[in-house]
Amino acid sequence: MKLDIVLAGVGGQGVLTMASLIGRSALRSGINVLVSEIHGMAQRGGSVRCTIRMGNVNSPLVAKGSADCIVSTEPLEALREIDRANRDTIVLTDVNPVVPPTVIFEDVDYPSVETILDEIRRNCRLIEIDANELAKKAGGIISKNVVLLGALSAIDILPFSHEILLEEIRRTLPYKDINTRAFNLGRKEIMRRKDEKR
Amino acid sequence: MEIIDAKPGETLLLLGNEAITRGALEAGIDFATTYPGTPSSEIADTFSKIARYLKAKGKDVPFYFEYSTNEKVALEISAAASLSGLRSLTCMKHVGLNVASDAFMTFMYVGCRGGNIIVTADDPGCHSSQNEQDNRYYAIFGNAPMLEPSNPQEAKDMTVDAFDISEELGLPLILRTTTRISHTRGIVRLGRIKRSRRKGRFEKNPFMVTVPSVARARHPVLLEKMKEAEKLSERSRYNKIIERGGGLGIVASGVSVGYALDSLEILGIQADILKLGFTNPIPREMCGRFMEEHKKIIVLEELEPILENRLKTIAHDLGIDVEIFGKDSGHFSRLYEYNLDIVVEGISKILGVENPLPEGGKTKLKLPSRPPVMCPGCPHRASYYSAKRASPRDTIYPTDIGCYTLGRSPPLKMADVLLCMGSNAGMACGFSKATDQKIISFMGDSTFFHAGIPAIIDAVHHNHDCVITILDNRTTAMTGHQPHPGTDLTGMGEPARAIDIEQVVRGLGVEYVRTVDPTDLKECEKAFREALDFKGPAVVICKHPCILIENRERRKRGEGIPVYQVNQERCKRCNRCIKEFGCPAFYFDEDGKIRINEELCNGCGVCAQVCPFGAIEKVGERR
Repeated sequence: MKLDIVLAGVGGQGVLTMASLIGRSALRSGINVLVSEIHGMAQRGGSVRCTIRMGNVNSPLVAKGSADCIVSTEPLEALREIDRANRDTIVLTDVNPVVPPTVIFEDVDYPSVETILDEIRRNCRLIEIDANELAKKAGGIISKNVVLLGALSAIDILPFSHEILLEEIRRTLPYKDINTRAFNLGRKEIMRRKDEKR
Repeated sequence: MEIIDAKPGETLLLLGNEAITRGALEAGIDFATTYPGTPSSEIADTFSKIARYLKAKGKDVPFYFEYSTNEKVALEISAAASLSGLRSLTCMKHVGLNVASDAFMTFMYVGCRGGNIIVTADDPGCHSSQNEQDNRYYAIFGNAPMLEPSNPQEAKDMTVDAFDISEELGLPLILRTTTRISHTRGIVRLGRIKRSRRKGRFEKNPFMVTVPSVARARHPVLLEKMKEAEKLSERSRYNKIIERGGGLGIVASGVSVGYALDSLEILGIQADILKLGFTNPIPREMCGRFMEEHKKIIVLEELEPILENRLKTIAHDLGIDVEIFGKDSGHFSRLYEYNLDIVVEGISKILGVENPLPEGGKTKLKLPSRPPVMCPGCPHRASYYSAKRASPRDTIYPTDIGCYTLGRSPPLKMADVLLCMGSNAGMACGFSKATDQKIISFMGDSTFFHAGIPAIIDAVHHNHDCVITILDNRTTAMTGHQPHPGTDLTGMGEPARAIDIEQVVRGLGVEYVRTVDPTDLKECEKAFREALDFKGPAVVICKHPCILIENRERRKRGEGIPVYQVNQERCKRCNRCIKEFGCPAFYFDEDGKIRINEELCNGCGVCAQVCPFGAIEKVGERR
């Protein structure tokens, strides 16, 4: 078994927390796992990328074209990781842009969210979700990363059950009620779409 | 707290850095010191967390730990502990060893008693550093034995063994990691935590006073010890051949071992791997045998071609006819860090086979970059805004190491030159004599204590006409909010005497000193104007806690965080908030209106002072 996941987002959106929760769930399930994190200066509002590799792996970074899944807390950051993706890669991303201040001072615009999503769609399999809205419904925007974990748990890619992941969230995060609601809202949203397809 | 409570034999998902701390506990560590620096910080932070956790439970803390004033002091303290017979460790980032190098070079001559480990965490690719120097050269430079882990489990195991090796040789030992070892989480199987001793005893010996005659006597002793070290390296379990068959040999160390293993699988080829973990002294016989058995060798090591050059020397000395591929052959770079893309591509080229990695997805869209920025609500932004408004056009802004270095970005552009910790003030002195320009330099509070004070003394003594700013946000923010000599708690959570920066500066003889709250823009600008008018060295202390800590405290007290919004009826689109103040929570919406992203706003409210039309208002609070 081998599973390569790339987590992306903006520093401060809880990408590191997501990575460590997935990593611990793998450990609990007896699966070998390596998680590569970014700390320090790279964290202050900049692009953040974490990689998680599970199964028969010896090094922490995901090779180009080799990600099984990209999860992003911000649409532009999902597209930034597109060189890690191939046709079969699932890209799960939030749709709320965080516009970097560079667009004000450099000659590059933030593309429209639709354009970004189309670009991802053209390359691989896109699942978009408004994690901000669900997080607010759960009780706090700070839980948006947990909404995405709930959604990820519903797309049948993780080699462990969603209960293990939720248990890890409840065991290690503060605001247990908000985070449990956030997880369930994210998960239900994807399950509902699956049911609609059927 | 798992890392201390988990039982031997259990497995935990640990950062390489956390694994090092656990390893030290399993070696019965007595003493640990540091100055924080990414990517090394979590080693020390874990000691600190364990100490505070045990204290809160009313339990005995089995070691002494401190965040020292700088790396040199940290190493000197740890050397004293070692010479008292205690097991001690100092951890720092790669450039930290430059600061500690004066102590390090001669400590090698003196040697150690209790096992002494110097952890250097290198940063290939400069994820969070001002250079990507290869500290393996320090092991060669100072004649220190060196271990290099290739994954978190090995980081733990090597730390345990490192203390034994150090004691056996009587030499301090370098444990060298890189960002991808320090900041990779992996599964680590734990061993038993050993009892520590806590107190040692210093036995006098004239050979520890390194006057020239003693130094001359100690140097050959050091070289003899390194001969013994080479014997240990030859039979170390960290130097081994991973047999996969085939005529190709790969020599790798550190994270490159993992890249080698995964690349072979991606490429579907066979090769034996000589995995080197005890890398100084290099096991010459073992390397010689490996090169005799493989006619083609690929060397995988990030940054400098150190193993590569040593293998070439060994091959030359032993008369081995072997082809060695690496950096000199042009297949690998001395720049940045490696990854699977680079290693697979390099091996493919050397072997003349097709690179089997799929081309990744592509986009023709030009994506705006997202470099790290000072957080919304950061008090440094307010300090910079005021300093800029106060200073004439041509003012030079020497900067320093910390969050505030990010003030180099537009619109503030308040950082003109940077060398190292403390360099802002030294360079301010230099510019004041070398030019007729005005100078305002910036350093953080932790940096002031670390390396800022000597240059202020220089400014006073020579009457250098410059403004030196201390951005005092009450913490060592960039590396994860560690305490420093100006805060009132130690790394072990005990009360400490907080050293008052203003008193220190006055004590140094600076005549113009003002402490201001930078979130009061008017007062802050006034202080900078007066400081610029003052003839001679002037110091402005901008004192306001880091917004992340301020908001954490608010949440703890159950208070909300203020939410600000732009009143569109009052906004005249002067753009001062977005184009001069530049808080990243501001953005232009699709209609060109200025808005505040409430997900980002930290509620400092300084922008409301910046707006000349009173268009920025507090509209509520959020959790």
